[in-house]
Amino acid sequence: MDFPVELFINAVIAGLLLGGFYAAVTSGISISFGMLDIVNIAHPAFIIVGSYIAYIFNISLGMDPIIVSVVMAPAFYVLGMMVYQIYYLSFEKRGQESLRGLAFFFGVLFVTEVVLILVYGVDYRYVEAVYIGPTLKFGFIDLPLRMLVPCISALVLFAALHLFITRTFTGRAVMAVSQDQGALQLMAADPVRIKRIAFGLSIATAAVAGALLIVIQPIEPSVGREFIGRVFAICVLGGLGSLPGTLIASILLGVVESITATFYGPSWAPAVAFGFLLLTLAFRPSGLLGR
Amino acid sequence: MRNTIFFLVSLAVALVIYFGLRAFGIDYLFVAGYVIVQYVVLATAWNILGGYTGYVNFGSAAFFAVGAYSSVTLITIATHIEDWFSESVAAALNTVFPLPIPVLVVIAGIVGGLIGYGMGYLTLRLRGAFFAIATLALAVVLATLVVNWEFVGGSSGAYVIAPAEMIFFKSYKEYLFALMLLMAVGSLVVARAIERSKLGYGFAAIRDDELAAEASGVPTLNLKLVATTLSGAMMAMAGAPFPYFIGFIQPSSAFGLEYAVNSIAMPMIGGTLSWMGPLVGAVLLGTLQQLANVTISSAVNLLIVGLLLIVFVIIAPNGIVGLVQDRLRARRTK
Repeated sequence: MDFPVELFINAVIAGLLLGGFYAAVTSGISISFGMLDIVNIAHPAFIIVGSYIAYIFNISLGMDPIIVSVVMAPAFYVLGMMVYQIYYLSFEKRGQESLRGLAFFFGVLFVTEVVLILVYGVDYRYVEAVYIGPTLKFGFIDLPLRMLVPCISALVLFAALHLFITRTFTGRAVMAVSQDQGALQLMAADPVRIKRIAFGLSIATAAVAGALLIVIQPIEPSVGREFIGRVFAICVLGGLGSLPGTLIASILLGVVESITATFYGPSWAPAVAFGFLLLTLAFRPSGLLGR
Repeated sequence: MRNTIFFLVSLAVALVIYFGLRAFGIDYLFVAGYVIVQYVVLATAWNILGGYTGYVNFGSAAFFAVGAYSSVTLITIATHIEDWFSESVAAALNTVFPLPIPVLVVIAGIVGGLIGYGMGYLTLRLRGAFFAIATLALAVVLATLVVNWEFVGGSSGAYVIAPAEMIFFKSYKEYLFALMLLMAVGSLVVARAIERSKLGYGFAAIRDDELAAEASGVPTLNLKLVATTLSGAMMAMAGAPFPYFIGFIQPSSAFGLEYAVNSIAMPMIGGTLSWMGPLVGAVLLGTLQQLANVTISSAVNLLIVGLLLIVFVIIAPNGIVGLVQDRLRARRTK
């Protein structure tokens, strides 16, 4: 049997587009888990909430899901700050974040999912927009706009985040907060305030990632769980707290998953992320670009 | 010595519960009772790792399903013996197969323990959070494997028919209930024995300050591996009779979210520091859910569990048992 070159190239390109989208999904975790040491396993739940908000505005008012998400991002930012405040007062301040903090986020994840199931049921929901459907064709290469638009939006979001983290005082303080809180205080920055801002920011990215998700695929409340393994695998593989590493790892995972789905069937794709995660943990726990 | 007394006392309590339920003569009581007692085993198993050493396992459903599917595999093998082997071998094998449930439970325990050990070995040398994340991912991957494994029914599931004839018990559900009750007694005895042993003090040292424990010569990695292996084995054992209990097994029921959330919520709400906590939490929440399942919908009752979990981790860090102990201590000092 000939090796299907065209199929392979298309699988790689689909993987690249998927990887770009994964970067947007993981950027929030990269901040909260990688930089702040907050194991927010409820992050995918916030992403799904973002998807449902995009869905509601799209269905009732016909608004573009991605524009809705950008408008909603500040509200998510405030929500994130509130969640951090609860987390800080209840767990971090008392030094109980490892066990009870994790259980807290697990509870949040679970409650969000059940509430969405109670309100919207387990039916798959989808949005309508001009770029869902048409495909650009270059020779045998297919570029579905449904994947291309989320990928480009994700990369824009990712670049903006990277610039903020590396070029502004607050951004650099976010990177510093996990390393040395005392030194940060000497720079006249309140670590708790910096963490609150950073956590708000990480939840704000969930609004955008959620809208991109519902553009790519129809969603139902428990879709978020599939992303837990994926985002943490990317985050660990990329090296905790390294945004460029996160981008590389996202694209790598996207390509490998896409090739697996093309040649072995989509039902095997979720196992890829876990394989990645275990291999990384076993051989290079500091990740590709870990410090 | 004390452990023997505790074992005899809990065995006596179990017998009282069993004959008490039997006196009612309603089969449904055994069905509801089975679910509650199964949660006692799961919650106690989770607490050996989560409560004693402070390492969170989100993959209880995965370990439970490993137990359930190891039984399904062995049951399915039993139905294929005639096709696979020559007559003489098949005849010899048929004297052993289908394996009785207690044997299935033991095999499930071995498989679950091995998976627990492997997970621990890969992730426990790193920060605690990695273990928690890896257990989350484990559930997704094992579900993927089972969905793609046609031999045990794949995504469409498999029927498991329970034998109709029983020697002592009136029905099969009653037999399963008695078996699970015995396992609950066993797990409580193990949990309590660990608590008061050198092993338990080592676990507590890891939970309170792992670095200090390591520095004072506590073999932290080995102890953590003991905890993950034991906890994984017990969870898988709780899952082993499940195919017979439910009759028709599919990945979505064996990997159900309710196992993952309940086995965390029950110890957290009951209290994680002693064997009593998971017991109190499981009996309380389990009974509540059985009542809610009949009267309200099952989604609403999971919502209640989730909200209770959040409220308890915020306001009552040591659960119901902790609250009661504080109250008693306050009264004594007055």
